[in-house]
Amino acid sequence: MSINNSLESIIDIRGLGFSRGARQIFRHVDMKIPRGKITAIMGPSGTGKTTLLKLIGGQLRPDAGYVKIDGLDVHRISRQQLFTLRERMGMLFQSGALFTDMSVYENVAFPIKVHTELPEDMIRDIVLLKLQAVGLRGARDLMPSELSGGMARRVALARAIALDPDIVMYDEPFTGQDPIAKGVLVNLIRKINQALGHTSIIVSHDIQETMSIADYIYLLSDGQVIASGTPQALLSDKTDQVQQFMQGLPDGPVPFHFSDDDMLEDLCAQEKR
Amino acid sequence: MLNQFGSLGRAMLDRLAGIGRAGGVVWQSLVAKPTPVVMFPLLLKQIYFVGVLSLVIIIVSGLFIGMVLGLQGYTILVDYGSEQAVGQMVALSLVRELAPVVTALLFAGRAGSALTAEIGLMKATEQLSSLEMIGVDPLRRIVAPRLWAGFICMPVLAIIFAMVGIWGGALVSIEWLGIFEGSFWSNMQNSVDFSEDVLNGVIKAIVFGIVVTWIAVFQGYDCVPTSEGISQATTRTVVYSSLAVLALDFILTALMFGDL
Repeated sequence: MSINNSLESIIDIRGLGFSRGARQIFRHVDMKIPRGKITAIMGPSGTGKTTLLKLIGGQLRPDAGYVKIDGLDVHRISRQQLFTLRERMGMLFQSGALFTDMSVYENVAFPIKVHTELPEDMIRDIVLLKLQAVGLRGARDLMPSELSGGMARRVALARAIALDPDIVMYDEPFTGQDPIAKGVLVNLIRKINQALGHTSIIVSHDIQETMSIADYIYLLSDGQVIASGTPQALLSDKTDQVQQFMQGLPDGPVPFHFSDDDMLEDLCAQEKR
Repeated sequence: MLNQFGSLGRAMLDRLAGIGRAGGVVWQSLVAKPTPVVMFPLLLKQIYFVGVLSLVIIIVSGLFIGMVLGLQGYTILVDYGSEQAVGQMVALSLVRELAPVVTALLFAGRAGSALTAEIGLMKATEQLSSLEMIGVDPLRRIVAPRLWAGFICMPVLAIIFAMVGIWGGALVSIEWLGIFEGSFWSNMQNSVDFSEDVLNGVIKAIVFGIVVTWIAVFQGYDCVPTSEGISQATTRTVVYSSLAVLALDFILTALMFGDL
């Protein structure tokens, strides 16, 4: 029995369809994200992994199907209810998305100040604890422009977990990071997940790092889930599409060339003109 | 032929959808439970960026426009021996027309473009999405204080523009051209009516403030989040605001002074 059937799911996605203009991103996606586990959503670039996170967070509306979080349909609740639901979610954006007019301390304190009425000294304690967890307590007075890419992402992680959310979504957390920063982030995500017991969803195409921390993986391609299972199960999957992605083969079911027009015809057409 | 009709229809529908989205942005930003403790500091900050930082350009422009009006008015009126009426001419031109219109155009160029670029860049760097995911409505947190700041600052800036302009006109007319001070000010006092002229000028400035700020924040909020998209949105803010101000000025003038 697969892990997502044996465990209680916190997020339930059924028959999800989504298009941008004429381009269909998702055709019929079904997923169950198990509570308290690290679930990875992987797939080649352009398969809509980040779009899926935005659909889960209610920032985009699907054309078909639903996304339910603890039984609440994200796209059928009121705007006010949606914002209340988001207080239970944290999201680490690919760019970090720190507020550029606030210091590191103010960035991490922001969600706490907005959603709680805690006294200032208690907010300070929480912020310093979160910054300590990501190893940046000493950088509290720096502005986002003074941080390296890796540091900015760690501050964003501290902000994402500031309210101890039930669900934390990581959008390409390892992209553009040097090997040391990648290692730091992998450790942080694992440790924070264990310590806080929240549900983590990682969107990534970094196979090694993601495989090392994920409990369950969904592989997306061509608008649908092409495979799912534990990291070991996916590694031993013999399907062409899964093998191409897991082994990083340049050509296969996911074509190297964008267009499949005949090149000779294309060249001759130019000469005829 | 049919394709052309199709494209025309699509373009019209896009425009209408844009107007609908712009209305939605203002509605969702301003119509909500008031939260003065949160909003007031944000509003003060925006009044500083939108209003106080626009003061220099408004004062300098107002001064020069007032001085030019004084000089031009004198050279025209002196031929008819009516140079004493230059004060009246300067005041009426400024209070009725030039102060609200020129302030709105300068406001669109300085504050409007900055608002669009700032909100557009916040969108491009995912700061707006980040706010949404933190559970904070960016329309209430980012857009609303900027809208209110624009609504408040524009009429105040127009009044400052008119005051400085009148002082500039007086400087040229009285100090340099030697018009008798008493007749300059008394002519102005007799001819400028508070409700007909001053109030109508302020109403124009309020309308222009609403339109320019609305266009600026909407263009930023609705822009394509790329460097090219932000650049186009900033240009659109200045172009749409300027055209809207000039067209509305004609409509408001016809409504206010058309029967005179």
